[in-house]
Parts: sequence; structure tokens; C-alpha cells
Amino acid sequence: MENVVTKNEMEIVYKKPKTITDTPMHYCPGCGHGVVHKILMEVIDELGIQDQTIGIAPVGCAVFAYDYMNIDMQEAAHGRASAVATGVRRVLPDKYVFSYQGDGDLAAIGTGETIHTVNRGENILMLFINNGIYGMTGGQMAPTSLIGMKTTTSPYGRDAAQVGNPIKITELIAQLPGAYYVTRQAVHTTQAVRKLKKAIETSFKYQKEKKGTCFIEVVSNCPSGWKMTPVEANVWLEKNMFPVYPLGDIKSPK
Amino acid sequence: MIHGTIVVAKDICKACELCITACPQECLELSPHLNEKGYRYAQLKNDTCTGCINCAIVCPDSAITVYRESKKKNAS
Amino acid sequence: MDMAIENGKEMRLMKGNEALAEAAFRAGMKAYFGYPITPQSEILEYLAFHAPEHPDVVVLQAESELAAINMVYGASGAGARVMTSSSSPGISLMQEGLSYMTSAHLPALIVNVQRGGPGLGTIQPSQSDYFQAVKGGGHGDYHLLVLAPASVQEMVDFVFEGFRLSEKYRNPVMILADGALGQMMEKVVLPPAGTLPKADVSWASTGKPAARERNIITSLFIQPEKMEMINLGLQEKYKKMESEIRYELIECNDAEIVLVAFGLTARICQKVIELGREKGIKIGLVRPITLFPFPYDILNRMADSVEAFLAVEMNAGQMLEDVRLAVNGKKPVHFYGRTGGMIPSPEEVLRKVGAIIERVLV
Repeated sequence: MENVVTKNEMEIVYKKPKTITDTPMHYCPGCGHGVVHKILMEVIDELGIQDQTIGIAPVGCAVFAYDYMNIDMQEAAHGRASAVATGVRRVLPDKYVFSYQGDGDLAAIGTGETIHTVNRGENILMLFINNGIYGMTGGQMAPTSLIGMKTTTSPYGRDAAQVGNPIKITELIAQLPGAYYVTRQAVHTTQAVRKLKKAIETSFKYQKEKKGTCFIEVVSNCPSGWKMTPVEANVWLEKNMFPVYPLGDIKSPK
Repeated sequence: MIHGTIVVAKDICKACELCITACPQECLELSPHLNEKGYRYAQLKNDTCTGCINCAIVCPDSAITVYRESKKKNAS
Repeated sequence: MDMAIENGKEMRLMKGNEALAEAAFRAGMKAYFGYPITPQSEILEYLAFHAPEHPDVVVLQAESELAAINMVYGASGAGARVMTSSSSPGISLMQEGLSYMTSAHLPALIVNVQRGGPGLGTIQPSQSDYFQAVKGGGHGDYHLLVLAPASVQEMVDFVFEGFRLSEKYRNPVMILADGALGQMMEKVVLPPAGTLPKADVSWASTGKPAARERNIITSLFIQPEKMEMINLGLQEKYKKMESEIRYELIECNDAEIVLVAFGLTARICQKVIELGREKGIKIGLVRPITLFPFPYDILNRMADSVEAFLAVEMNAGQMLEDVRLAVNGKKPVHFYGRTGGMIPSPEEVLRKVGAIIERVLV
């Protein structure tokens, strides 16, 4: 073993973003939330906008996001994050505002707020974490649960005849003129995380230019709710979630 | 080959193994020891780490700091 | 618009809803979020029409009352002086948001121009949201500070007072009006703009500078110890609010029968006093102005000298319960109410007074 270099002689090439607090995250092992939190804060650090950013996290697993993101934040009632974000952005028109919402929040109880916020072209970033299940309440069916997916409230598998099909809300809102940039990303691989980071950077740039609503869906996992190991969950996600929720830009400015 | 290494904040690690899957050098493993929360934390198993940062990027708990031999030093 | 300047004061003939809206601009409101519902839609209409004269004020029609109250939450959390208005069914939809706002210590002015219920009910005036307004309304142990106007002038004055008190206590304040007050026109004196100083909002989430800790607006306190602390803090705040108790006494000095009524019914009761006294019946009136906190003490003290109380309301007997708590069994407490949008006439109230004293008066 020649040429062995000790840590002291090396430089740090990657560390936890400074805007992520030291509070250990309550998320289950392997949960995508932690990765999205980290990348979001990394972008905020790199853009130097910690002092100009207000985040909104509603009911859902990420309701405690303010424990981990070292920025001013507001917790919101279930489904109302984009309305709260509208209130913030309207009275602070030169600040950066994002909402961080789960599938139940954004695509079930908050569908009305989601559609109308985007329709008004509110200058906010809506981050939509879609893992096809209600994590916080213990693994119930989400509006985005896949056909046949077993959850605690669809124990025999989601049946379209009973409860409808998985809702592709991202494609729906992309139809609205207020949506400026709409994309679907993931965090299951290094490459995917890098693409998400680019999408967040792009969204904040558009927000500064007041272009309208930027909407990023992140197809994520729920190892606990899916009853898999994190590694299995990320394999399952690629095989089952991506065919229904294909990655890539859905609407991007010319 | 560029050399690198990592430091895992072992009490933050939840043993999800996503870093192990992400590592192109296959140089990560779970420790036989438990951390204070009862997880077998991730650790290096050999010195083939190149400091590529893949493991740290996918780590949900921001538990990994990555070090790499500086380019300047490498060039000399 | 009819306008006159008398003794340096700006006087106008205005509809209650419109006067309230104009007062909001003058009180330095920075944002309004609302949704149309009869009988209060003129508030949003007036604000929308005059918004171009106030380019720094946000006036936004939301997609629902749910969205509106949560926009209020966001704007208040960002430090803005903010208002919403609605009528009974819409206020029901806002209850979740109001519960969150009290727990998160957010100031805001909420206007309820009540209509008859329950259900979709009627668009006619009512006072049947008393319980909802003063007892909390949503889930959890909380109260709004509730102001009950009885004139278009008070619709104006309570906007200033409402904003001031909400910011002083960091708690939503409700103006509990009714369809008649919203729709009727009266002469009002409009206070000049810029007279209401802005309270300190250093707690607001406006973007975290390097030198301060982050400001979090939340109603989530998962540790029971912490949640109980929040509750104890709220109760302490409500105790302090007792210093804001307001009421009006009319002809109470020699009164044998005391009417208790708020808002529109208090005006009707003034006519009852007049009619009753013409017939030699000594009637007085206590008009609670703050419905929460409620003026329990004055009613309790008065119970030592009067014969009986009569609560008059446009509901099935809601404030009546607070009057009974105040009187605490010292004297009989009677009730006369009309519901469903019906407004009691002075004569029918007087007939009830007659029944109490066992005399035919009408």
C-alpha cells in the first residue's frame, strides 16, 4: 500500500450543507425526504439565499422539516401549503418561497389549492414528494398509490373500479398557463439527485425572474410503508413507479 | 488513481445501505458494531475510495463527509 | 359618494360592509384574502374596486374560504397586517385555520357578517354564530377576541381596534356583525389613514438573517409537556384579555328589568326601553361589546339590584348561557329570540317583558 494518503492531507470535497441543522432526522432509514431536504438546502447555500427564503411544510412526514432546514419556515394545515405560500409570497414579493408537500397533501386534500395556486402562477416553487402512500399516518392509500398496490386501507390492492386510478396531478397542472416549469425527478441514484439539484436551481432562478409557478415532483420511496428494505424500495420504485410516473421535464420554457 | 476517504457520522447513520449501493468502488460495508441507536453504521472496508462523493449524495441523513487527495498534490 | 367634512372630520353615508372595507385600507391593512358569500360580498368588491389606489395592499379573491384563511395564516406569519371576511357557512370552513392561527400566535382580523343557519340557511341577518365565535369554534382550547358592532360607525371603529388588539395579543380578533349591519347605510366618521401604528413583528418568518435564530410559525408541539405549555400560555393570554372587556349600559341606574343584547338586537332593545318606560316599566340594557371576553362582572353585580334579566338574541339562546353564568342564579334570566333570519320587533320583545312582570303591555 504505497501512496497512502491520510485524511489530514486531503481536502473536503463533500459535507453536509451548512443550512441543514444538526438535529438528527426522524425519517425512517433510506427515506427520500432526507435527500431532498439536503439537496434543497445545498442549493440555498450555493445561491446564498438563506436569508431570503421562506419554506412551507404542511402535515405529512415532512411537517417537521423546520427542525432540519435552518431557514424561516411555516408549518401548514393538511392540504393548505400552497395557500399559505401564496399568503407569504404576496406580502413578501421579493423573497424566495417554496412549499414542500406530500402526495396526500398536494393531490388529495389540497387539490383545490394546488390547482388554483398554479393557475394564478404564484411565484413559488412547489416541491411535491410522491411516494404513493401516506407515510406519517402509517401506510394508508394515497391518491398516487399504484393499481394493485397494497396499503393498510387497500389491503387487497388498489382497485381502480373502487377508488379510481393513480392521479397524475403533475401532468394535470402542467396544462395551466400559470405553470412555468414542471418537471418530474427522483432521488434514488446519484445521477437522479444531481438532476433534481439542477431542477431546484432552475426553479429558484425563474422565481427570481417572477416567471410563474415552478413545480417539481420527486418520485420517492417509503421503505417502511412499502414494507421493503431501502435498497429494495429503490429497485421497486424504478420498476413500478417510473412506468406510471416517468421522469423528465413535463413543461419547460422554450 | 485519486485517493479519497470518508468519515461517517456513525451515530446519525441509520444503516439504510443506500451508500453501499451507490459506491462504484464497492468499498463500503456495514460495521459489525452498533451505534447508539442500534444501527450497524456504514464504514469503509478497504482503501479503494476515490472520494467520488456518490455515497454522500444519496445519504438521506447527511451523515457522510468526503475527503479527496487535492489535485495539486496529486499533480506533483 | 356622499361626503362631507364637518369639524375637520370626514363624514360619509355608507353601507356597513363598504365602510368596514374603507376602514381596513385606512387602518393600514397590507393584505386581504376572501371569497364571495352573501351578505358580505361588498367587502371584497369594495376592496377590489379601490385596490388601484393602494398599490402596496394585496387584495386577492381566493378559491375558497379554506384557501383564504390559510393565505391569511401565511401573510400574518410573514408579518403583514391581514384581514379576511365571510359569512356564517364560510366562517365554518375557516375554523381549522383559526385554530391553527391561535396556536401559532398569529394576529389577523376576521369579519363574520352573519346569516341565518344552520346549513346553507338564509341570507337574512342572524346572531346564531355566537357559540362558534366566542367558545373557540374549531378544535382545541382557544378563543378569538370577539367584538360585536351595533352600528356602521362601529363597523369602522372596530377595524382599527380589531387590528390593534390582534397585534397586541398575537391572536385573531373577530368582528361579529350580521347581515343587517353589513347591508344598512348610516352616517359614519372615517378616521384618517396612517393613525394605527404597526406592532413589532420580529417573530415573523421573513427570511432568516445570519444574526438571528430562525423564525418558525407552527402549531405542532408533539411533546405533551410543550403542548401543555402552549395551552397554559394561551389561557394566560385570555386572562389578560379581560382588561379589554367592553360594554354599554343604557338606562340601567333605576332599571328593574335589564335586557341583555349585542349588535343589532341591542338597537332594537333601545326602542323597547323607550316603549316600556312610556308605560312606566323601568327597563335598562346591557350591551356587551366584547363577547369574548364576556362582561360577566357587571351582570353579576347588577343582579344584586335588578329584578330580572332578559337576553334578547337572533338565535335560539346562545349568549343566554353566558348571561346565566354571570347572574349565577341570583335572579331569573329570561330569553327572547328569533331565528332563521327573523328580526324581533320592539313590540314582541316588550310583550315578553310584559309576560315576565305579568302585565299586558302590548
